[in-house]
Amino acid sequence: MSATAQTRRFRVYRYAREDGPARFDEFDVPAAEAGTVLEGLRWIEVHGDPSLAIRHSCFHASCGTCGVRVNGREGLACVTPVDTDTVTVEPVANIPVLADLVVDMRAFVDRYPPQHPLLRDSEARPEADVPEGIDAYERFEDCIECGLCLSACPIAATDDRYVGPAALAWAQRVLEEPRGADVDAILAWADDEHGAWQCHAAFQCTEACPSEVFPAQRIMKLRRELTKRRLSGSSPSS
Amino acid sequence: MSAVRGPDDPGAVRRAPGPVLRKGPGPTAWMDVRRGAVGHWAFSLNRVTGLGLVFYLYLHLAVLSMLLRGAGAWHGFLRVATTPAFLGLDVLLIFGLLFHGLNGLRVALVGTGLAANRQRALFWSLMTVGAIALIGAALHLIGSE
Repeated sequence: MSATAQTRRFRVYRYAREDGPARFDEFDVPAAEAGTVLEGLRWIEVHGDPSLAIRHSCFHASCGTCGVRVNGREGLACVTPVDTDTVTVEPVANIPVLADLVVDMRAFVDRYPPQHPLLRDSEARPEADVPEGIDAYERFEDCIECGLCLSACPIAATDDRYVGPAALAWAQRVLEEPRGADVDAILAWADDEHGAWQCHAAFQCTEACPSEVFPAQRIMKLRRELTKRRLSGSSPSS
Repeated sequence: MSAVRGPDDPGAVRRAPGPVLRKGPGPTAWMDVRRGAVGHWAFSLNRVTGLGLVFYLYLHLAVLSMLLRGAGAWHGFLRVATTPAFLGLDVLLIFGLLFHGLNGLRVALVGTGLAANRQRALFWSLMTVGAIALIGAALHLIGSE
């Protein structure tokens, strides 16, 4: 049986440790209910199989939680349109799967250096009227930490120790605007065979990034800084 | 950090990390260029041409060793080496050399941050130069047959 004009065939990656090997389950989703991949997955969750594990939050590409691979290409499910009759949905690559489409983002966050401020001091003006508690912490800018860059990176596919595009882009972001950060320590962290030098300039991270962080370009600029320091005899790792 | 809370947690087994999906076994994951952009095609083709050039290096040394077997062996090889099919392989070799060299130049310029935002334009510019050089070399080889 194939998808009809009124339906879209979703092939969804399924994995639960207690169920044995991973498999693909197929669901026919009404086309009117599947404008985006996330809408289709939500329909499956409600009408097809409530045990389907997916992660999502904002529905508008801000939170970065619904990153998946759709027909082999990385994307945020919430803003990826369903434009084929058959839609294969898999978890992002290079990050361990917890269940179905949900991956263990600890493996992503752990690649950042110890200096990475997952939460950093607020820069709200002292006189600003902000909600109680939020004045101490704010999200980091630009990168929504969706993990799509790490999934798209061909080098991360063969080197689990490679810190990856997001962490390196963060490092270069700090160099641009240190705000009191220990730049030398961050450069020393990036100046490693599994750091900035492991990137092979495939630029797939930039293609996959939904937030215009341009990780590959940032890695190249990071290398430029590392090269300048090495040539000037002030290598951060020396 | 609380996804796996311990053996008393009934959901712990389900949330324990499972397989890491790859786009292919080992280095074949490098070659998954489905809907990939120019940079990934360049990355993958750079590996293929690199391996091809390494293979050619050893083949070249093996061919040169024919000289140790005398002039007859060498001239016999030359008769094969000037056939149209063999010249086609020469064109393939020149393609590999040009692509690997010119893309290497692009990677060097991009990788040192000199042209980090121009990698796509740089790729097509250098490939245009390479295509012209390849056509010129192919015509020269055919003309010298």
